[in-house]
Parts: sequence; C-alpha cells; structure tokens
Amino acid sequence: MNKLKSNDLQTIQEEYAPRMNFRDKTYLMICGGLGCHTTGSLEVKEALLQEIQLRGLQDKVKVVETGCNGFCGTGPVLVVQPQNVFYQQVTPKDVPEIVEQHLLQDRLVQRLLYQDPASKEIISEQHQIPFFSNQLHWVLRNKDYIEVESIEQYIAREGYKGAAKAILDMDSHEVIGELEKSNLRGRGGAGFPAHIKWKGGADARAEIKYVVCNADEGDPGAFMDRSIMETDPHAVLEGMLIAAKAIGSSQGYIYCRAEYPLAIRRLSIAIEQAKEYGLLGENILDSGLDFQIQIFQGAGAFVCGEVTALQHSIEGKRGMPRPRPPRSTDKGLFDKPTLLNNVETYANVPQIMVNGGDWFASVGTEKSKGTKVFALSGNVRNIGLVEVPMGTSLRRIIFEIGGGIPDKKEFKAVQLGGPSGGCIPEDYLDMPVDFDEINKVNAIMGSGAMIVMDEATCMVDMAHYFMDFTHEESCGKCPPCREGTERVLNILGKLKQGRGEKGDLEELEYLSHYIMETSLCGLGKSAPTPVLSSLQYFREEFEAHIYEKRCPAKRCPDLIEFKVDPEKCTSCGLCYKHCPVGAVSWEKKEPAVIDREKCIKCMTCIEKCQFDAIY
Amino acid sequence: MSRSFSRPYHEGITDSMWSEIDQILEDNAGHPEAVTQVLRQCQDVVGYLPRELMDYIARALNMPACNVFGVASFYSLFSLQPKGKHVIKACTGTACHVKGIKEVMGRLQQVYGLKDGDTSPDRKFTLETVRCVGACGIAPAMLVNKDTFGKLSPDKALKILQNYE
Repeated sequence: MNKLKSNDLQTIQEEYAPRMNFRDKTYLMICGGLGCHTTGSLEVKEALLQEIQLRGLQDKVKVVETGCNGFCGTGPVLVVQPQNVFYQQVTPKDVPEIVEQHLLQDRLVQRLLYQDPASKEIISEQHQIPFFSNQLHWVLRNKDYIEVESIEQYIAREGYKGAAKAILDMDSHEVIGELEKSNLRGRGGAGFPAHIKWKGGADARAEIKYVVCNADEGDPGAFMDRSIMETDPHAVLEGMLIAAKAIGSSQGYIYCRAEYPLAIRRLSIAIEQAKEYGLLGENILDSGLDFQIQIFQGAGAFVCGEVTALQHSIEGKRGMPRPRPPRSTDKGLFDKPTLLNNVETYANVPQIMVNGGDWFASVGTEKSKGTKVFALSGNVRNIGLVEVPMGTSLRRIIFEIGGGIPDKKEFKAVQLGGPSGGCIPEDYLDMPVDFDEINKVNAIMGSGAMIVMDEATCMVDMAHYFMDFTHEESCGKCPPCREGTERVLNILGKLKQGRGEKGDLEELEYLSHYIMETSLCGLGKSAPTPVLSSLQYFREEFEAHIYEKRCPAKRCPDLIEFKVDPEKCTSCGLCYKHCPVGAVSWEKKEPAVIDREKCIKCMTCIEKCQFDAIY
Repeated sequence: MSRSFSRPYHEGITDSMWSEIDQILEDNAGHPEAVTQVLRQCQDVVGYLPRELMDYIARALNMPACNVFGVASFYSLFSLQPKGKHVIKACTGTACHVKGIKEVMGRLQQVYGLKDGDTSPDRKFTLETVRCVGACGIAPAMLVNKDTFGKLSPDKALKILQNYE
C-alpha cells in the first residue's frame, strides 16, 4: 500500500461515493458494537452472508458490519439501506424471511420493525424513530455509514481531511485558533477549554512532548468512548494527529482500559492501517511531521482516569496521583510536557478543522458549544447512545428520546457523571444540558453516563453504592479520601441496616465537605457529591431510614420484614411461583404467607408483586 | 536467550508457559515502565501471578521485586491467587446495579456458594466483580471467561453457568 499524498484523500472519497450514498447496491448494515455482539449480531451476520450466497444475490446485496448503532436496548440491530429500514432484535432464524420478503418481494417484515411503546405506531425508517430523530450526530456521524475496520470508508467520509488541512495548510497558532473559536470544552467531565490546554502544550519548550488520549472510561454506566473507539477509531487517531501538529509532538499514547478488548482491537487495526497509508509514522503526507501512537492498556483502576495517575500508570508505577502544579502541559508523562484529552474531545477535532470553529460554535449554549454524547440507561425505555446539541433539556433526553419510564413507574431522579456526580430530581428536568447550568444544582455534566432511576430506587442505597465504589477505588494515598470514604460508607451502611442514629446526617454532611476540600485528587474531591446531592433532594428518605427504620422504596433488605399484607394481597400467586427457595405458601383465593426462616431476602417476591403487598 | 538466573520451579507453570513468558520478557527487555503490560500478558499465560513469577519478572526487567509486587497488588486486574476453571465477572456498574445484578449474584451465591472473590470448593468457578464493562445497554451483564452475557435474571444466569463444565 502506498503512502498517501493529500490529493489521494480526495480520490478515495470520489471512488467510494456510490457506496457511502448507498447508490450502487442494497446494503444490510448489521451492528457490530459490543451490545449487539453479545445479543448475537455476529451469528445474524453469518446467517445473512450464507443466505445471500444461497440466493445468488452477492452482486446486488452487501452485508456490512458497522460499529455501534447506538440503540443498544433493541439489538441485534439491522438497517437496510438505501431505504433506511430499521429492524430490531433480529435473530438468525429471521434471516430467510428478511431476504425473501424484504429483498426479493419488496415487503417489509412488519414484526421486526420498531413500535413506539407509547403511541403503538410502527415506524419503519430509522431517522423517523424518536430515539434517533431528536439526536444530532456529529461525533457519531459515521456510525450508520462505515464498515468496521475500513480506513478507506473513513477517508470517504472526509476522514483525515482535517488533519491534512492542519498539517499542510495551517500553523500551530491557526489550529489552536480554530479550537478557540469552537470553544470545545473537554468531554471527559471537567469541561476545561481545550484550546487553553493545547496552547499550554504548544508554548512549552521541550524536545519531547506527548499527546495522550484518556480512554480509561471508568465511570460505571458510561460507554460513549467505548462506542466511539469501536465504531470510528480513526476519528480519535486523527484528532490526536492534529494535536501533535498543534503542540509539536511525535509520540502519542492511548490509555485504554483492559475491560474494552473489542475497542482495543479496533484501535490497533486502525493504527496499523494508518501506518500503512503513511498517515502515522514518519513524514506524514510529505510534511516532515512524524507521529506514532501506541496503545497502553489499563489494569482495572478507576483512579487511573485521573490525569496524573494515568501518567504514572504508563510509567509503570502504581496509579497514584500527585499534587498540581506542575500542570501536565509543563511536566507530565516521563516529566515531559503532555497534552491529555478525552476520546470524545479528540473525536470532535477533525470536523472542527474541516468546517471551522465557527461552525462548531453555531450549536449549543453560550458557554457550552457543540454536542455531547450521553450513555442513557437504567429505568428508561430506550437504552443506548444519545448525541444531542448542548442546551437540550434533560426532559427531552429522558422522555422524548428515552421514551420515558417503563413498567408504569414514575421518574425519581437521574444520575449524571457516575460516582463523581450528583442526582437531579424531577423539579429540574427542564434544565438544559450545559456545563455551568448543571453545576448550579450541585451536579456535573460528567463524561456522559446518564442513569435514570424510578420510584423503586432507594436514594440511600444509591449513595451507598457510589461511595462503596469510590472507597474501593481510592488509591489510598491521602487520608481524607482513604479514611473519609470509609467513614461515610460505614454511616450509610448503618442506615441501610436500620442502625441509623440522630446526628448521622449531620456527620455525613460534615465529612463530605471535609473530604471534598482536603483530598489530593479529583476522585476524593468528587466522591461525596452523590451523598450531598441525594441528601439535598431526598433528605426525607434518609430520615425515614433513621427515625422510622423504614426504606420507602423497599430496596434495603434489612428494613423489610418480608411479610404479606393480607388486605393488599390479591392472591395472584406470583410470589409463590417465583420464590427460589419455596418460602412462600399460597393457596388460591388466600393471601400468600412468607416463611421468614426460609426467606433469603432475595427481593424476587417484591419485584414480582404488582400490588405492593409485601412489606 | 541467556540469563544469569534460572527459571524457578512452580507447579502451576509448565515449560511451554515459561517459553511464552520468556518471549514476553524479551519483547519488553530494557523497559521496566512496561511492567503492567508484562504482568497482564504473563497472567494470561499462567492464569494468575504466583510470587515466583513476579520475582522472575522483576529480575528480567531489572527492577526491585517490591515495585513489581506493588504494581501487581495495586491494580484489580491482577490476581495473586489461583483462580477456578471458569472466571465469572459480574458487572456491578450503575446501570447493572439499578437493573438488579445484586439479585443475580445472590442467586449465584445461594447455588454455588460463591461470594465476591471466592472460588467454588470444586474449583470450577471463581466469582469476581468488575466495575462496568460498558455493556450498560444490555444490563445487567456478566462475563464468563471472555464471553459477555446480558439482560440477565437470576434464572438466566444459572442456565448460562450450567453450560460450563
């Protein structure tokens, strides 16, 4: 394969135009993201390939494995182009019918089409499904078009055009200037203006500088970066390449958590492809710029998502942070000036170079420009990746895109930003998604994890859950975090067990503020945020645990008696049928009775009961 | 390759495993900063990191044994204890928590006697927790060895494990 010159990019784009516009054939786009792989999309792909072969349709129909489609809850997903028909939960058994009926007889397979759960309307075209129609795909612009592991198709979608422009037609100052016009703020959670970091990197005087991509994505509930890396790895590489040009670096690292083997594999392949085309390596595009990228795998430490801990990890040490100053752009990895940004931040950069910073800033709010990718999950109908303009309201994301709360339950709160973030109750659902607006209610935008919680969620349990996480992940270096999280966790545990006392809530607040103010790094500083925010909005729930020894949401097993209320019991028998240990005795038309000796408090009966009869 | 120190004996490490380990060390010779990558690859070969192996790695990379131990004990990916034949990693991420992974794990504990970190008495299964594998779209999720399973219920999880001998 020959190394590319800049006009070769245009040639490839023209060559692939019919494919990119789906003009020349029918394309069966099967989702190859982790979620769909798990629910069987690779078996569907095999079945499709065999059936197409069997029917002799190879010249007219092509099977394409794409990256993550985004609508994870409905996988395996198959989209037929050019009609843009969306099929959900496809299995290998459905394949002959799809080929026979849809491809040969031009009739859609109705039972596999998407049905809106609220309106019951059947919607055949992907872009009309409310989950998608309300989104704006900028970072995720390639997910419906390019085949996995194809650099040519990435190039065909203006890939590496931004890098060519930055490397050949612009100087460092101009590149950073476009970034400044865009006002791109870091997408990893901190929201720090990217152009300021890049300028710091460019201004540093050193022979050796590093460009590092933080692909650790440790926030539970976050899978935006995973999807971007699996679907469009070249966008990340190109963003890093542009950064290398801007600050004057010849070595890059992608620090990717080991829990993402598929993303690592796709990134590795992308790096090899870029090298073969001369888009990484020496004298890129004949410009004199050298840039290599190496993947470094994490080893299961959430704290290594913190900038200085991440760098120590690459240096072969325990992932423990250090105080700052010095900033990384002065002295970072191996004591050299280091630019460190998140996956989604880099993935935004190529299009900013192609279309200009003003284009990016045309969308969003005054201080938060562009789009944000969220991973929407939890107690919500439509689960998956959501990319929206900054300024979109939470209500729109959760109800119009997310489809609202299933199982006839009510919305209670939404958690943004994982264990470093706060919860937002119903009163603030009309709040626009914006870095600064969200801070006003003591929450954070975070990296994009958005977990919806319904009325059956106990906020004491959630505070305990998050503190358990940060306590375990604490590196142990500074006492406020190491000891403080343990103390807070103990108190929350006491509340869950029914041993809460007067003064516990005040103690929680005091400790939380103390930990936030004195911890060494962001992990400790933000660990108490879920506790403080759930105390702010759901204090009465905490008080019920202490003063009434009651868990209103019925999630804390020690505060549940596991008795059946005979007045509410309708004798449906569901608890009896599902109890794994036979602790329920039931006869038709009689209220069920639970044997507390046999009961293992697994909560199955409470989940199954439709009448709230077990307390 | 020649070394001034020889391979220690360990009943869990065969000659062919030692050859793979030596190759990994040769690929990373002179790069002590790559110790986490080396530990991960060696763990993939042996199944866990016995003390003798960690000391051998320290000598090969020319770094203090306590530093290797410090790194191995810091990161949750590394296991200093032998594991069972099949490793179950239950995801305890937020989405999985909200969707009921606790109930799934409760059932596994009840049937197989497995708590977090334990290996079953017959050494067939080890149960670990992992803090989010990014499969939130199909929560609750677990891995058994390298396979991911989603949309679990306690019954479904049990059925899946019955397929592993």
